[in-house]
Amino acid sequence: MSAPRTQPDGHGDEVVLKVDHLTKLFPVRRTFLQSLARTKAGVVHAVDDVSFEVKKGEVFGLAGESGSGKTTALRAALMLTPPTSGSVLFRGVDLTKLPKKEMKKYRTKLQIVFQDPYESVNPRMTVFDIVSEGLFVNNLVSSRDEAVERVIRALKDVQISPPEEFLYRYPHELSGGQRQRVAIARALVLDPELIFADEPVSMLDVSIRAEVINVLLSIREKKGISIIMVTHDLALSKDMVDELAIMYVGKIVEKGSAEELVSSPYHPYTHALTAAVPVPDPEAPKVRVLAEGEIPTNISPPSGCRFHPRCTFAKEICATTEPELVEPAPGRLVACHFWKEAHETFMKGLDRPPAGGNLAQ
Amino acid sequence: MYYTTTAGEVKAVDGLNFNLEQGEVLGVVGESGCGKSSLASTLLRLLPSNSVIKEGRIVVEDRDVIPMKDADVRRSVRWTKIALVPQGAMNSLNPVLRVGDQIAEAITVHSDATKAEARAKTESLLKLVGVDPARGRHYPHEFSGGMKQRAMIAMSLALNPRILIADEPTTALDVIVQAGIIRLLLSIRSEFKMAIILISHDLALVAQMSDKTAIMYAGKFVEFGGSKEVYKDALHPYTLGLLGAFADIRKPKEALTAVPGSPPDLIEPPEGCRFHPRCPYAEEVCRSKEPPLAEALPGHLVACHFWREIKARRSGKQ
Repeated sequence: MSAPRTQPDGHGDEVVLKVDHLTKLFPVRRTFLQSLARTKAGVVHAVDDVSFEVKKGEVFGLAGESGSGKTTALRAALMLTPPTSGSVLFRGVDLTKLPKKEMKKYRTKLQIVFQDPYESVNPRMTVFDIVSEGLFVNNLVSSRDEAVERVIRALKDVQISPPEEFLYRYPHELSGGQRQRVAIARALVLDPELIFADEPVSMLDVSIRAEVINVLLSIREKKGISIIMVTHDLALSKDMVDELAIMYVGKIVEKGSAEELVSSPYHPYTHALTAAVPVPDPEAPKVRVLAEGEIPTNISPPSGCRFHPRCTFAKEICATTEPELVEPAPGRLVACHFWKEAHETFMKGLDRPPAGGNLAQ
Repeated sequence: MYYTTTAGEVKAVDGLNFNLEQGEVLGVVGESGCGKSSLASTLLRLLPSNSVIKEGRIVVEDRDVIPMKDADVRRSVRWTKIALVPQGAMNSLNPVLRVGDQIAEAITVHSDATKAEARAKTESLLKLVGVDPARGRHYPHEFSGGMKQRAMIAMSLALNPRILIADEPTTALDVIVQAGIIRLLLSIRSEFKMAIILISHDLALVAQMSDKTAIMYAGKFVEFGGSKEVYKDALHPYTLGLLGAFADIRKPKEALTAVPGSPPDLIEPPEGCRFHPRCPYAEEVCRSKEPPLAEALPGHLVACHFWREIKARRSGKQ
């Protein structure tokens, strides 16, 4: 139904990162009285059995509301908060099994760009210092001239021009978009294979978001770098992400090509998310709220399907049995007992199943 | 309205004119630093001491707010005529007071209501914004982000204002929660015939709610009109730029185009048209002569020397 996915030439199906059954639990501290009473300590299931693959040159997106575990999944995949269980295979090497020293070797290959460029660049360092720091730390350059050369190349790649003029500027002399591009250059200068981007544009003005997105897309195009992006913006994901996973309370509930996912969702939660996204058109239908209440905590997530208390399709089974991820269509995954009904309802332009009615009629 | 700073005068709000009718929603769209929040503070006379209102009038129901004494503004304008749902409303609640008490306090301070009356009013307000009135006894940290925002809206409605100014009412909220707030504000508007000034950088949010839209750039309105006209027949290059940079979930995958450059320094704004350094259509005249905000079509104002060319180009394309 949609155009074939555009994969930049030569990137093929080579898997760069394979995340398998990744789980990250955080223990909840008991109060003194609770420990006396031997109350069982609670556990936050921040990321619960999450699996995905990132191919070379692909932009992979993790989307969801706050508290869905998307950022923790990203950090766990990067070994910044070591996962509780599961594996993270980077080019076949399981990062979870590596000793810290060994892991350091891979750090240059796996780089991160943070959400807020006003906080993530040191205000007392020049652009050159910021971008070159990783080169010196990792002994990747033998002289300052070499470092300058590589920094200039990285700045060019993020379309900061003329790069020579920016080398000795401080962050306060840069606009928000330029700061974020410097943060990207800092990642890029180490020749990474994967860039992890945590909400890279959500702090920026609309007019300059596109500038940062286009820089990210151009470096994946030119260098075949894969990008894992965490985002809450479905409209933006559709334009920027190839493969998108929707997370809800620590689990992936739906996965597929971003464009197909927003235009033809299978999961009622994805449907609710798309219905809540406002569109820049005064004549378009207004946003709708299709999920009552708010996202539950991951300390004691609802039984069965975690979405069932908010779901308009929920029946008894949803409260008792957790749905497995199944393949409703080629290349798509969904975890819902009633994905058929949910999908049909969406495709008919309805928001909820007709009361007592049969959809087939 | 200008701010005096050691570096010079910041021309934050510069020569704006608009009328707001009962029950009407005006959206003000602009980037950070364009002066949209300063506009809100000016309308409420909530300005810091280094600011000066150089000239102009703010007439609310036939009374000019600007020459009023501070005490008068407090008694007869703020809260009762114009109320604000501030930016970052979620952090605007006092963390050590119960939410219900904070709303009741606003009522007793600004009116003659007794404590019992204020409490009753608080309960009905909480119900109105979709918060269980029993939750009024809870503290802000026990509220979710969306509920705090609803409580702030309840507080702003406490004295039945004629105008509600909502400054980025949904930033930092999740999309489903945001949708709930949008629906709430729309229902308040239709129930109370209240006028709303919605200030946001989010074009889609403004499109959802407003009858009229003003596009603000560097302290000035560059385009103003009915929302339908401004979005569908944008005449200013800046408006077009913003629309091109905005992701629209209904459309197939598309490349987004950034507006090049960054917003200007408002101490020394560019000569001529303030947008010219970033404008793809700019020519010599734009560098020297400032375009007036002129009526291009009935009710549709634009401040650009080349709006006719932009309009012609669009009709040529179709």
